[in-house]
Amino acid sequence: MTDGPPVIEVKDLTRTFGSFVAVDHITFEVHPGEVFGFLGANGAGKTTAIRMLTGLLVPSGGQAKVAGHDVYTQSESVKRSIGYMSQRFSLYEDLTVRENAQLYGGIYGLRDAEIRERIGAMLSRLKLEAAADTRVSALPLGWRQKLAFSVALLHRPTIVFLDEPTSGVDPVTRRQFWELIYETARAGTTVLVTTHYMDEAEYCDRISIMVAGRIEALGAPSDLKEQFGVESMDELFVRLARPATGAPAGSAPP
Amino acid sequence: MTALWGLLRKEALHILRDRRTLAVLLLLPVLQVVIFGYAIRTDVEDVRLAIVDPAPDFATLRLRGRLTAAHVFRLITVLRETEPLERLFQTGAVQAALVFEPGFADDLGRGLPARLLVITDTTEPNTGVTIQGHVLSVVQSVMREMPPRAGGVQIVPEARLRFNPTAESKNLFVPGLMAFVLTIISCLMTAITLTREKETGTMEALLVSPLRPWQIIVGKVAPYLLVGFASVIGVIVEARLVFDVPLRGSVPLLLAEGVLFILVSLALGVLISARTDSQRVAMTAALLGTMLPTMILSGFIFPVESMPRVLQYLSNVVPAKWFVIIARGIMLKGVGLAYLWQETLVLFGMALVLLGAAARSFHERLE
Amino acid sequence: MRRILFLARAEVLHIVRDRTTLAQVLVVPVVQLLVLVNAATFVIRDTPTYVVDYDRTSASRGLTNRLAASGHFRVLERSASLTQANDALLEGTATLVVTIPRDFEKSLTREGRAPVQLVVNAEKGSAAGIVLNYAGQILARYSAELGRELRPSVFTIGAGTSEPAPGRGNPRIEVRTRGWYNATLDYRHYMVPGILVALVTLIGTLLSAQNIAREKELGTLEQLNVTPLTRAQFIAAKLLPLWVLGLFDLGLGLLAGKLVFDVPMRGSLLLLFAAAAIYLLVALAIGLLISTGVDTQQQAMFVTFFVLNIYLLLSGLFTPIDSMSPWMQAVSQLNPVRHFVTISRAVLIKGAGLAEVAQPLVILCGFAVVSLTLAVQRYHKRTV
Repeated sequence: MTDGPPVIEVKDLTRTFGSFVAVDHITFEVHPGEVFGFLGANGAGKTTAIRMLTGLLVPSGGQAKVAGHDVYTQSESVKRSIGYMSQRFSLYEDLTVRENAQLYGGIYGLRDAEIRERIGAMLSRLKLEAAADTRVSALPLGWRQKLAFSVALLHRPTIVFLDEPTSGVDPVTRRQFWELIYETARAGTTVLVTTHYMDEAEYCDRISIMVAGRIEALGAPSDLKEQFGVESMDELFVRLARPATGAPAGSAPP
Repeated sequence: MTALWGLLRKEALHILRDRRTLAVLLLLPVLQVVIFGYAIRTDVEDVRLAIVDPAPDFATLRLRGRLTAAHVFRLITVLRETEPLERLFQTGAVQAALVFEPGFADDLGRGLPARLLVITDTTEPNTGVTIQGHVLSVVQSVMREMPPRAGGVQIVPEARLRFNPTAESKNLFVPGLMAFVLTIISCLMTAITLTREKETGTMEALLVSPLRPWQIIVGKVAPYLLVGFASVIGVIVEARLVFDVPLRGSVPLLLAEGVLFILVSLALGVLISARTDSQRVAMTAALLGTMLPTMILSGFIFPVESMPRVLQYLSNVVPAKWFVIIARGIMLKGVGLAYLWQETLVLFGMALVLLGAAARSFHERLE
Repeated sequence: MRRILFLARAEVLHIVRDRTTLAQVLVVPVVQLLVLVNAATFVIRDTPTYVVDYDRTSASRGLTNRLAASGHFRVLERSASLTQANDALLEGTATLVVTIPRDFEKSLTREGRAPVQLVVNAEKGSAAGIVLNYAGQILARYSAELGRELRPSVFTIGAGTSEPAPGRGNPRIEVRTRGWYNATLDYRHYMVPGILVALVTLIGTLLSAQNIAREKELGTLEQLNVTPLTRAQFIAAKLLPLWVLGLFDLGLGLLAGKLVFDVPMRGSLLLLFAAAAIYLLVALAIGLLISTGVDTQQQAMFVTFFVLNIYLLLSGLFTPIDSMSPWMQAVSQLNPVRHFVTISRAVLIKGAGLAEVAQPLVILCGFAVVSLTLAVQRYHKRTV
């Protein structure tokens, strides 16, 4: 983690769809260079929250600032400062690795020389030089995920949002992916990653756990385990999902 | 049989509960018949006429007067020379022009041939020819009033128009329009059942159930047949009330044939859905396979007799072609099964073949 | 601006690599053109005819021969009975029944006139009139011929007219007819420009609707929405390749039309392509509008077909606008396809220039502005 003002500041952020409350007054901050895990069961509201932070959805209430820009009024500036890797894999399958990278480089306004340079660096880092001109559809899933992540970083955003990046991927590739995440964070880019794999929580600097639209836990994994008196994140999650079983729910530290 | 009833009930409930789709299915054909019924016409009326009369006099004015009195023509402008004509034709401001050659009146008086030039816009050939015919008949009637000649013969045609005495094109097109619109409805209905089953994955469940393939087919087709029947009624009522198309033959026969026709179209849809798994392919096939051929090859707009031989043979495969003949026969000619049994048989045959093929496809899927 | 080019380049790659789209764009239009133009015709020829000949003289047989030789009629029966003929009409085997009365020749020789009954199946609407026209012309010509034989007089036959020329002392009008444009009355020449319009429209609207619907389906749309690309840039990039493609297809179609059907191209092709360029914008914008209302490619396809169906049938493409009821004609002014069809025919067949098509062209420009604005407005990067 590096110093500086929070990259994400969220206060009482809310989103309703008719009478259904998808995101219920959540409050949290993400610090520069952090790897922040945004956890919760499917349907807990994680994706909705991310869509609000990335400017894809207008919040119903509350405040949010990403990279210093207000999500309501400065959504276009937000977009320039962020990277995004969506849950549904979104590189173009019928384009080659290089072509995909060139496309997004151009869209984010990079100059030709910059694009060439950064693509080169990306390819060597991923060891994909040989596959530079193969179609993405020919790559195995694990490689595609890594590629999508790297492409999201081409324009050197302040923060990158990863929505379930390791879904359906084998454990070895998952491990490799997380190494990429660490590298990225060490280089100064903040990473906010959502996942429903509880073991991945351990890899994050800090996490938040959403249950039914609310944040029921927020903090570093080790601190939370102590706080709730559990041995693993799985246990913690089970505890939070069923408040009737005892542990105090909704005890999110500021 | 109870299994079949169960299926029928389910399909009926599907249809009734989806109010919006039901409204579309019932209103769409009615709406389409109205819109297209007013638009698809080939009558030539209100012809925009220009007259070039360099030296107007009693003779030319008489002819001019007769033309405008005919109500077929609408006089747009009278010119002194032919120069502006080209432009008028090109912008479509004028469809025909009558040019009195200079000295018309003099020649007529002196007993010399008085020359008249009739220019018609033949971009659309039949319109052009019809306009020519109208102009010529007015000119001929004027000539007949002139002193009779001493020799020569005159064969006088006495024309009678059967089955459509006013020769209005709407009477031709509306029955064909019914076929077209009903085809679209059937296509739509098949698409709906397809989507529903494939999306929910219940098709597999049906196939694995104790229901025999023919029962599945009956269960899927029967409820939509009822909706189709309602459409047939709606469309016929509209033809009568809005467009005043005659209905000289038997109404029950027309209804029965309409239902038969819808059955054929639905059967085609079921066959398509049985053969393909991809919704996209199914829809493309349904659209391209029914709508386009029906529009072009069924004789609904373009007469089959006018097409090249090859296409005439091809049109026999299009169910709508046969129904167009039947509808026109019953409505305009007032004939019954005695004259239409062949066409009816063809539709029957098509229904059987398609349903049989669909049943076999379902069988195959189970193996 | 650069951003647009980047995305446009990706679009081109998509199209080139997708075999179905390529087929849709290159093969299907040409095939459709060839089939449609041959099918879409109202030409009246070989009208099946029954002749009921009560006279059986050389005059009546001569009339039957003239009918048969004219090319307009196919005489199936030369001496049918009246019942036979009526049945044939009811069955549809015959469209025209010509009844020549007894004493036909005698009446002509003695009194100089004789009636002939023409009963035509008017199911076909205006075609009936044309059939009667043709028959009338043949009767008149035959009258003139017979006149010479049976009751010769001072009269001579005029050339190229359908009425005998005047003789001394009696007033006669000589009518010449001329058809402007499409003088050979070839329906294919009339249909090719219209069908080209239909094809170009289909490509423009269908492809643009499917395109964006596909991105929605795949999820790549979301990815683009997160980028700083503005919606105007996004739309421009999406439509640009399709616009070029549409113009290319128009060229391809014109070439096919020229080679296969020898379609006249009297006016300026430049003018035609300029009009096409504007028209394509409208077609593309409509496709875009459709795509904002659907979720999947299928829905896009379905809705497009329905919408286009209506537009095409109401555009004067197959049946003339002049034949529509007056209020329908007014409504058709709202149909951009109608205007482009008018322009195409005016330019290709009538040789019209800019001044003559100025009105529909201006209307098209108006449509382009309105539809593009609407499309851009409706497209939201952010859900509210």
